[in-house]
Amino acid sequence: MTTILGRDGTISLKHGAGGRAMRELIRDVFLQGEQALPEGTIGLDAMDDGAALRVGGEWLVMTTDSYVISPPFFPGGDIGGLAVSGTVNDLAMMGATQPLALTCAVIIEEGFSRSDLEQIQRSLHATCRKAGTAIVTGDTKVMRRGEIDGIVINTAGIALTKRVVTDRGLKPGDSIIVTGTMGDHGLAVMAYRNAMGLEGAFSSDAAPINALVRAALECAPEEIVALKDPTRGGLSSALHEMAEKSGVGIVIQEHDIPIRDAVRAASELLGIDPLHAANEGKAVIGVRPEAAERVLAVLRRTALGADAAIVGTCVSERPGYVVLDTGFGRRLLVEPEGELLPRIC
Amino acid sequence: MCLGVPGEVVSVDGNTATVDFFGVRRQVRLDIVDEPVKPGDYVMNHVGFAIRRIAPEEIGETIALYELLLRTAAEEDLMAADVRGEIGAMEGEHSA
Amino acid sequence: MNILRNRDELGAHLRFQEPGKAREMAATLARVTRSIGREPVSVMHVCGSHEQAIARYGLRAAFPRELDVIMGPGCPVCVTDVPEVDEAVLLAAQGVRVFTYGDMLRVPGSVKSLADAKAEGSTVDVVYGIGQAVQIARETREECVFFASGFETTAVATAAVILAGLPQNLSVLSAHKYIPPVMEIVAEMPQTRIEGFLAAGHAAAITGFGIFERFTERHKLPVVVAGFEPLDILAGLIRLVELIRERRAEVANMYPRCVTREGNRQAQEALWSVFRPIGGRWRGIAHVPNGNLRLRDQFAHVDARRRFQIDLHQLWDHAPANLTQNCICGDIMAGIASPTGCSLYGNRCDPDHPVGACMVSSEGTCRIWHQYGGHLDLGYGS
Repeated sequence: MTTILGRDGTISLKHGAGGRAMRELIRDVFLQGEQALPEGTIGLDAMDDGAALRVGGEWLVMTTDSYVISPPFFPGGDIGGLAVSGTVNDLAMMGATQPLALTCAVIIEEGFSRSDLEQIQRSLHATCRKAGTAIVTGDTKVMRRGEIDGIVINTAGIALTKRVVTDRGLKPGDSIIVTGTMGDHGLAVMAYRNAMGLEGAFSSDAAPINALVRAALECAPEEIVALKDPTRGGLSSALHEMAEKSGVGIVIQEHDIPIRDAVRAASELLGIDPLHAANEGKAVIGVRPEAAERVLAVLRRTALGADAAIVGTCVSERPGYVVLDTGFGRRLLVEPEGELLPRIC
Repeated sequence: MCLGVPGEVVSVDGNTATVDFFGVRRQVRLDIVDEPVKPGDYVMNHVGFAIRRIAPEEIGETIALYELLLRTAAEEDLMAADVRGEIGAMEGEHSA
Repeated sequence: MNILRNRDELGAHLRFQEPGKAREMAATLARVTRSIGREPVSVMHVCGSHEQAIARYGLRAAFPRELDVIMGPGCPVCVTDVPEVDEAVLLAAQGVRVFTYGDMLRVPGSVKSLADAKAEGSTVDVVYGIGQAVQIARETREECVFFASGFETTAVATAAVILAGLPQNLSVLSAHKYIPPVMEIVAEMPQTRIEGFLAAGHAAAITGFGIFERFTERHKLPVVVAGFEPLDILAGLIRLVELIRERRAEVANMYPRCVTREGNRQAQEALWSVFRPIGGRWRGIAHVPNGNLRLRDQFAHVDARRRFQIDLHQLWDHAPANLTQNCICGDIMAGIASPTGCSLYGNRCDPDHPVGACMVSSEGTCRIWHQYGGHLDLGYGS
């Protein structure tokens, strides 16, 4: 086991960036001394989007997530909508598309604008309505100025489902579908936050996609074998995690990946890879090949799935790796490490 | 080393141009561009500076240069007896 | 939004990205290389952006087995030496607000990187360009320093902004590098196998390709200036291998839409009126005469090295043992050694704690070997 900490034994930003460093941190710190759970439980050790516990003939799915984003308002959304979407989507990524209820805990910095808070609250509730759920309990704390950056929101959610879908069910031959354009949230926030002077049609994709996932699961209940939302670390991180856990290689056709013009252009200007940029309203779906076209057709009929595409295939070679076919040649897709940064070379 | 991205000049305002990078617009400074630019020209941008005006016809020149390169190489190849076999081998590799 | 239509438009305009044409060019490159009748034929590119493009498009897979395309010392961030990073780190620790290009943030100094300094509470901002640094400096009273990294192409932007006048609270810490001298160093390395150079297109856009004419005479090696789209790189390599086959030590310009013989005069004037070349170390390579660009005396008032006391010993007294003397990045970049031949590789030097240039860059040879056990490229798609 390699040590995940820096030589001075401190946590750095990359340990929260959703990539390999974070997975190693969870394994080496949070999984130590864990309690035994009932047989069949999908717990923290699965490092999936949520946990699943057997309750009678069904599964109770739980998930929790904390949201920090600076600034709290960005093109296409705000931290409130993000906090609800993220948790609803994490439940959906376990196959649980009817969230029963959410919790919401808010930590606010002294001096935070009350009208901003009210706007965030309206957004929390509007997004809940879209997802068909509600916040049923919460908590509020205020910290001294400078102790946190504006506002932190934690949401947790629960849902029941007959069938759990994990992120590790891929087999060679399975198709990989993405439910829409990649990199929208990451580039929108980056272009806005860093005052790069970029003008374009940037908009975060933050949205609950449980209805879209439900439609897909209804049309192929047995054939959808893996789900993951490509949030931090983008499509690249999601695919790496799915490939590693499933023990398959994944080959992606670059030209089939839907990417908005503005996102593609900004990525080129800033020298970053849109496949490393976060999405907050998309899913990566692993599906048996015979059902791929059927699932795709259903997705494309939904409001948020119009740009869905089949982008790749699972193979037995190179388990744990993701191969990108650029049309010019094939290469291994690099897994992002840490925050995305614009570069000059 | 130097990430350069080409874009099309939309408008010019003194020392600054608004450039369309096929989906994103950004202000680009013209302090060091080699020739005056006007809307419709292409420029090569590096870190927010135009380092070169690319006249639309120069794109065609590059295409012609590459065609010539391929043609010359092909003509030389005709003299070699084993060329066709090699091409076949290459194409075999491609479809592997 | 129409994604596919726009991709085609891009290709039709400036992007030289048609895969079909690339395959034709790759086949030609293979034939020309094989017609030399020996292997490997070794060429070097001296441009990080060439490596980025090669990696990004998986182009290495399209190169023939007989052609060894070696990644040279072409990443200005990777070759920025430890003391230069230390200066920026110390300024940040002194309470100066430091602006940097994103590439530079995680590059380690002798004790820490700018990212570490930021984590410890210093103000370090990543900017897209020096123009943005000027904007931020205007809006604050804080004392600010722009950590200026990059080759001559980037130095030109720094020069232009200095000539236009900086806000009073902004000065420049130059770590700019100048490429032509390092090509001499690599060409003169005793064990070098390099038979030709692919020169950096955007640096040559500034300096002009004429600058390589004396080089080709002196070293009897051909130089081809190439652009950065997939077809540009393949065309550049075909021309370079042709020149090697015909034993013609000449300069060829395969990037005429950006590069002329004279280069960009206006940019050269700005560059040389602000900067002067001095000798200095490039990380992991060598002392490079005239390889560093420093501000001229008449710009002392905006030179961070003269505006601030930067006491490097303050940092070096706490520095861990100096490992860089065991680093063989220079040999790796010259194509003489492979990462596994380095005593530091994988134990003292890894992506989290890089010692040499090749482990710093995400496309660096050592970094890629460490992450994937070899090259990123796998072969053609079906």
